[in-house]
Amino acid sequence: MTAFIPDHSGPGMTARLKDATGVAVVSLFLGIPMIALHTVDVGGVLAVATRWPWLIAFAVTMFTGRLVLQFALDHLKINKARRERARPAVRATRPWLKWTGYAVLGFSIVLPIMCSGNRYVVDTATTVMIYVMLGWGLNVVVGLAGLLDLGYVAFYAVGAYTYGLLSTHFGWGFWETLPVAGALAAGFGILLGWPTLRLRGDYLAIVTLGFGEIVRLILVNWTDFSGGPNGIGSIPRPTFFGLPFAPAGDGPTFASFFGIEYAPEHRVIFLYYVILVLALLTNLFIARLRKLPVGIAWEAVREDEVACKALGMNVTNIKLSAFAIGAMLGGFAGVFFAARQGFISPESFVFSESATILAIVVLGGMGSQLGVVVAAILLVLLPELGRDFSEYRMLMFGAAMILIMVWRPGGLIASRAPTVRLHKEAQP
Amino acid sequence: MSNTLTPAANQGGKLLLEVEHLTMRFGGLTALNDLSLAVPAGKITSIIGPNGAGKTTFFNCLTGFYKPTTGNVRMHHPQYGPLLLNQMPSYHVARKAGVVRTFQNIRLFPNMTVLENLIVAQHNALQRASRFSIAGLFGQAGYKSAREAALAKALMWLTRLKLLDIADTAAGNLSYGTQRRIEIARALCVDPLLLCLDEPAAGLNPRESAELNELLLYLSREHNKGVLLIEHDMNVVMRVSDHICVLNFGNKIAEGNPAQIQNDPDVIKAYLGEDETDQEAA
Repeated sequence: MTAFIPDHSGPGMTARLKDATGVAVVSLFLGIPMIALHTVDVGGVLAVATRWPWLIAFAVTMFTGRLVLQFALDHLKINKARRERARPAVRATRPWLKWTGYAVLGFSIVLPIMCSGNRYVVDTATTVMIYVMLGWGLNVVVGLAGLLDLGYVAFYAVGAYTYGLLSTHFGWGFWETLPVAGALAAGFGILLGWPTLRLRGDYLAIVTLGFGEIVRLILVNWTDFSGGPNGIGSIPRPTFFGLPFAPAGDGPTFASFFGIEYAPEHRVIFLYYVILVLALLTNLFIARLRKLPVGIAWEAVREDEVACKALGMNVTNIKLSAFAIGAMLGGFAGVFFAARQGFISPESFVFSESATILAIVVLGGMGSQLGVVVAAILLVLLPELGRDFSEYRMLMFGAAMILIMVWRPGGLIASRAPTVRLHKEAQP
Repeated sequence: MSNTLTPAANQGGKLLLEVEHLTMRFGGLTALNDLSLAVPAGKITSIIGPNGAGKTTFFNCLTGFYKPTTGNVRMHHPQYGPLLLNQMPSYHVARKAGVVRTFQNIRLFPNMTVLENLIVAQHNALQRASRFSIAGLFGQAGYKSAREAALAKALMWLTRLKLLDIADTAAGNLSYGTQRRIEIARALCVDPLLLCLDEPAAGLNPRESAELNELLLYLSREHNKGVLLIEHDMNVVMRVSDHICVLNFGNKIAEGNPAQIQNDPDVIKAYLGEDETDQEAA
């Protein structure tokens, strides 16, 4: 049988035909007892009948099948070699990535209209969006600047508690709180960034992990300030530019203003669009920043900090700006989270949240915006879809993540698009 | 060593960098001992010496990566006057004083394209033009023109160093010799007054190293850049250097033009050893 081991060295046609003929001959012999001869029941007695045409058809199938298989394998090998030759960064911008992005965007816009009756779908989509936004924020710190941050959820908490406290104590609205919470979270980002500037990799991860826990423990223990483990309840929901989503009452409501019948879904859909707009703004903001000097500098710091210093770059400021902007986006997401839930407690800001957000960034492909979206969808939907498997749910979730990382070690979308191209830029 | 200027400084090039009694100790080890040196503009000054002589330590002291134990490194900047490099934050050495270095083990941004590497080098100018990203976010004209200027400068050096074809390729994917050229091009994009090259000819083939010679002469003669060179390849050192400083165990053992150095008994001794017993002692 050694003669029929596939020959990988030379894809010559003669060799291929020989190989396929060999396979056909073997199958012919094997086929005699298995296919050509068979027993039939002739009046209660078994008799041997022959099926020669079947055998010939089998041999021909094996022959062509073998040929096709060999050519397909060759083709795959050539393609793989070609892929390996082209390093991700040099690959031309792949149009399908762009179209996938637009398709996802289009789908996310029409989703609540399509599923307006199904509150569960819109709610889940909103959760996905929150994670997309958090993923994009963390992507600045981890994916672009290369600073491993395990305490990202702290900024999410800062945003959420800022809205929770300002709205319940001072009656601040959602939109007024948004910039304040963003600024506050950015401040916390700098607070975290400052002492960790000299740290890298594992050491940085440990300090950021500690920071996340400190914030959570303060929220748990400083009962006067944060309500402790009981959290903050009855946080006002965002209104439609002043029009509340409520059954017809004293003042004008969203439903009465537009002359439609009140339905609780209105708020769900409105919230979905709010987070969609926030996420899209975030995306535009980051895509723009990435092409600006500060964005290129983030990536340069990720690649080689010492070289950055030698080129006269203030690595301190570059890292702090990454921490601040990442934290600010986390803060925005936090405000939205508080407004959507109406109730926040330290329970929502545990380490596993940080880990999930980090998993989204890593799984999506460090630095890839679309990758984050795909990974966020996967990470939120997989546990949701797995609800039928009850206790095996998280097991399946873990297995799926391992499989994905084995399949694509660099993340789902691992390629990096250059921020500037000579051949495009050279022509005005 | 006295504090008087070395002959090279008086040979026409304007004095650029003055190293005065530089000493660097790591615990009990004296890596550099009372080193004084003057580096003029428009000339190539080489530092040579056996392995472990303190050459790279000298570069690290110069470019702010180490703070020297004693001594001063003074840069005579045409615009800002004398600047003490050893008292500056390390990134100011390149940014303000215009002293830019390359590394013995190449330090590029491997996943970024060659062009991006050269754009990163112009970060400070671009960041200022983008008003710390605010003007850049809204695409203001001032930023756009600064960006075009940065691209033009990158293109100029890409063309000069024959890197134009591979401008859109990831830098980490290129051959060693090419990466060396990219690192020099990147340093040049910072507009240095003094270019410090740490073994730029290491790993280059004879043709590449001949091209390097030509480039170094071009930079010093045509662009009036001061070039400070650490190099083991004597084909490069002896052909291009205007002035050579020889280090051994952190001490300056000789200084002069290539002909003087080649005939200096101390240098020959440091490199080859005097006789059997001496070699063993070393």
